[in-house]
Amino acid sequence: MTGLLILFIYVALFAGTYFAIRTVRAAMQPAADFNSLKTVTFGDESAVRADRAASVVSLVVVFLVWGAFTGSKLVPVHVPGPFVGYTSFTYTSTNDAGQTSDATVNVLVHETGAKVDTPDAPAATGFAQGDAATVAAWRSVLIRAHRNDGDGAKTTAVEGQAIAPGETVKVPNGSVTMTAKGSLNFSPNPGLQMEPIWMPPPEDVVSRLVEIASNGYQNAALFEHVGWSLWRVFAGFVLGTLIGVPLGYAMGLSGWARGWFDPIVEFMRPVPPLALIPLVIIWFGIGENGKVVLLFLAALWVMIIAARAGVSGVNITKVQAAYSLGASKWQVLRHVIVPNSLPEIFTGARVAMGVCWGTVVAAELVAAEKGAGKMIVAASKFQATDIVIMGIVIIGLIGFGIDILMRRAETILVPWKGRS
Amino acid sequence: MGALSINDVSMRFDLPDGSHVQALQDVGLELKQGELLSVLGPSGCGKSTLLNILAGFLAPTAGQVSLNGNTVTGPSAERGMVFQKGALFEWMSVRHNVEFGPRMKGMPEVERNTIVENLLDTVGLRAFKDKAVYELSGGMQQRVALARCLANDPDVILMDEPLGALDALTREKMQGLVLDLWKKTGKTIILITHSVDEALLLGERLLVMAPRPGRIFKEYRLPFADRAVGADLRAVKEDPLFGETKKEILEMIWEMEEEIMGASES
Repeated sequence: MTGLLILFIYVALFAGTYFAIRTVRAAMQPAADFNSLKTVTFGDESAVRADRAASVVSLVVVFLVWGAFTGSKLVPVHVPGPFVGYTSFTYTSTNDAGQTSDATVNVLVHETGAKVDTPDAPAATGFAQGDAATVAAWRSVLIRAHRNDGDGAKTTAVEGQAIAPGETVKVPNGSVTMTAKGSLNFSPNPGLQMEPIWMPPPEDVVSRLVEIASNGYQNAALFEHVGWSLWRVFAGFVLGTLIGVPLGYAMGLSGWARGWFDPIVEFMRPVPPLALIPLVIIWFGIGENGKVVLLFLAALWVMIIAARAGVSGVNITKVQAAYSLGASKWQVLRHVIVPNSLPEIFTGARVAMGVCWGTVVAAELVAAEKGAGKMIVAASKFQATDIVIMGIVIIGLIGFGIDILMRRAETILVPWKGRS
Repeated sequence: MGALSINDVSMRFDLPDGSHVQALQDVGLELKQGELLSVLGPSGCGKSTLLNILAGFLAPTAGQVSLNGNTVTGPSAERGMVFQKGALFEWMSVRHNVEFGPRMKGMPEVERNTIVENLLDTVGLRAFKDKAVYELSGGMQQRVALARCLANDPDVILMDEPLGALDALTREKMQGLVLDLWKKTGKTIILITHSVDEALLLGERLLVMAPRPGRIFKEYRLPFADRAVGADLRAVKEDPLFGETKKEILEMIWEMEEEIMGASES
């Protein structure tokens, strides 16, 4: 229910803000750059630019929806929350003699974790005695209403509606279900907001971040967790590059080497690194060695293929030109083949870094002392959803940061990419 | 220096289906130092194969090529190449491209700098010395390619449609430049082209090749290249002899093309 509602609101905001911003823009001075003057834009991919206003609104909407459905204090509008406060419902008791009597149950619904006193049970008017109970929001409470109504008394109706075991009756601020043994199970209205143990509000995640950044989690500071993950990725990636690039060059330059390594590379390439985790644990254990070996394997095939593609991609006229200018084989390799393959190798390095970052988190989920993945899997075991979400956000931001850094390095180090 | 002799060169290779291709048959030619030879022919006549054999990228199945009496066995700095396009090194600036040959030989930087300065002056690219080659237009890139080839001071320059990728106006300017460089340096030049005008204008000697098997069909000796050096190229083209020869060659090539079409249809 809540999921469908969120989807509906999200789609409505997507369309609504589009029309709102379009109206605002139409009222302003029209843009006159080259793309705005194109009349054929639908189907012309080059005319499609990411609308930055949409990106900003999109992020705001994510936080609004998140906050609205978790009762965040940062967000002004909320969907209805769970019922909290005093409520009561009546039930009808029938004794052996067939007599009926009504009584009232007072229930205090309180916030999770609050200490409250049980309210007074209302005075009885017949043989049925009133009851009282407390329950936390989103929870339910079992009320044995017929127990104190005398021998043989049974609950036969709630709020005037007949009830039998297994049936549910709506009562003010909640619903009552009869159990197999004839007791009443009261569930207060949950509202549409999510419980913090499933989805904490944004400010909880932020305060967790502040807390863990200063105090650490599971005997390690936040930067230690992240640092260990980054170190493993770096070590595996560097090893994979140091071995993979020369192998890729060999495969691009020698038919024997290509024939020799082709079956191995082509077989290992489609094997997801995660499938290697069990074997790596058997061989190297769950320590650092195993993780670095796993990441080395994750990076290796990508880098071999990138280096091989880089060599294959060299325009034959460049090589012939270099030989005609008197270059030796070694000079052709050093001055033509290596620089020509760098753009491909950088593309491969970006892919390899992405694969390594994904693999390290998965490897830490399986077994680790410290690491970003270890942090979220430990938190999930205590249902600390706020830490899990914080960890996911941090992992995402770091992965994004790595890719941005690699792209920066690419534009600085291989400015000729795509210019031949 | 620069005397090239091609002795009965043949090139025949097997295809996967068991048949053979006779790309060249008994091609013989003597070229003196400082001669400019242009080669024309329909596609498939083996002119690129011939150039690759001269450059040393392909070994002929019969006959041999020798330069100054030494048999050609592989690529070497004494036979420079200018390609149609894509042969410049994008990761190097204009000056590093030009000095590539001397640098590979281990020439000291001071000497290399003098060579680069002189050549960039000659091709009119002095101001672009430190630009990346991908920032230059197609015509400028071919100027760099010419300068790079000359920097190595080769005995023979082999040009594989060097102006083929340029627009008509740039091409005309570059034809003038090629003629200037030829006169100035006295290099032996072999130029492969698809343009009859270009072959007539630049070629002191002109070779028309025929396909199936690739062979020399007819050779001309022409006066236009000498006249065109430093002169108005369009005026040279107005000579009646230029027009007549052009017509004759075009008809020759047309007939060859028609034969090929007929052969493939039957």
